[in-house]
Amino acid sequence: MDITVSVNGAARAASVEARKTLADFLREDLDLTGTHVGCEHGVCGACTVIVDGRAVRSCLMLAVQAAGSEVTTIEGLAPDGALGPLQQAMRDSHSFQCGFCTPGFVMQASAFLRAHPDAGEQEIREALSGNICRCTGYQSIIDGVLLAARRSREG
Amino acid sequence: MPVKLPHVEYEVPATVAEAVDLLAEHQDEASVLAGGQSLIPLMALRLARPAVLIDINGLGEMSGVSVSDGRVSIGAMTREYVAEESETVADAVPLLAAALPLIGHEAIRSRGTIGGSLAHADPAAELPAVALALDAELVVRSRAGDRVVPAAQWFEGYLATSRRPDEILVEVRFPAAGPGTGAAFQEVARRHGDFAIVGLAASLTLADGAISDARLAFAGLGDVPVRAADAEALLVGEEPSAELFEEAARRATDGIDPPADLNGSPEYRKKVAATLVRRGLRAAADSARHNSARHNSARHNSARHNSAHAHERP
Repeated sequence: MDITVSVNGAARAASVEARKTLADFLREDLDLTGTHVGCEHGVCGACTVIVDGRAVRSCLMLAVQAAGSEVTTIEGLAPDGALGPLQQAMRDSHSFQCGFCTPGFVMQASAFLRAHPDAGEQEIREALSGNICRCTGYQSIIDGVLLAARRSREG
Repeated sequence: MPVKLPHVEYEVPATVAEAVDLLAEHQDEASVLAGGQSLIPLMALRLARPAVLIDINGLGEMSGVSVSDGRVSIGAMTREYVAEESETVADAVPLLAAALPLIGHEAIRSRGTIGGSLAHADPAAELPAVALALDAELVVRSRAGDRVVPAAQWFEGYLATSRRPDEILVEVRFPAAGPGTGAAFQEVARRHGDFAIVGLAASLTLADGAISDARLAFAGLGDVPVRAADAEALLVGEEPSAELFEEAARRATDGIDPPADLNGSPEYRKKVAATLVRRGLRAAADSARHNSARHNSARHNSARHNSAHAHERP
């Protein structure tokens, strides 16, 4: 099927099989390998991207279903190569170790903070509860998102 | 281990009528693709092998929440986050409002749908228990027309419903809660967002201090959601009390024979179920009292207080 998807602000046209997930489309067809594929059945959260403003699991959505939608991937948060404010806060908080889960956490947190800029720790924990990290023990990830929220409030 | 999805034909009907025609043509060779949060993993795991996917995500006519004649109608394609944010749902179907935040995680609710969960019919999921407790009606459509199926006749077995292969679930109707209704969805899961080891949908309506309507249904206790009719009958006409709720917990769990799996033995599940009945009834009664007071003082707003949801460890 021929589809056109807006990815990180640019229209991308491609011909894909119906069975191809959005995650594989981003990685294989568009070479946007920042989106990581972990469990491939919706459990780990590593492949989380933003579609039309909402965090979704790109392994549980077909690429053909994204036709006409606006997709933001981790690459879209740092278009000029400079880290975005959430990424910078997470870096400052040593939020990550091996980095495999990182893009999923960052995209989930990004969508959540945009909708809930005043969120507190409990709400952030709840929002990130669907993402699995095997390294950090999560505390540093929460710290990073809280720091980003605080910095954005303080302008 | 999950692998890439197998080859599948893909159809995108422009109308519900077209979807019905496609189902009539392909019957059980086809699966209806709504939010995909269960079907896509099942395909990745080769537990589902549809030859054809009928993608209904573009059918706007199947999405939305409306109220009429004391019923709240929710289009089957309504996404869970949309229902979660709906003031109508919060006001008129407090049990559903209590259950929605417990479904999966935020990113799952971005795509997952009300109808999809009920058509998938996982007995450990929240919405089947809610639909059963509230005597929801499921409207299915085929070329022969619409058929209305009471929730009590919908769930036939593990991931099995009374939907016929040529029928599509188009709408779910819930009775609007009367004044003085309070609800709670309680569940115990290994981790937040996991399927419940045991879950309980509880709704109580109070009139002049006594229980006029009681509804209890379990998730996770068998192949289908389980209604606790004996306990409901005990509760009606009585005033809420710890002793009453204790007896209701006993009646609700006396006859159950829960399954054993890695998450818990039958004995453990039974004990958790009884605990959830006590907690759920307490929370529903508190919420009902609050709503009665609110109704009596004619301050009818702020639907947030209409429901209580909890997600606790035993």
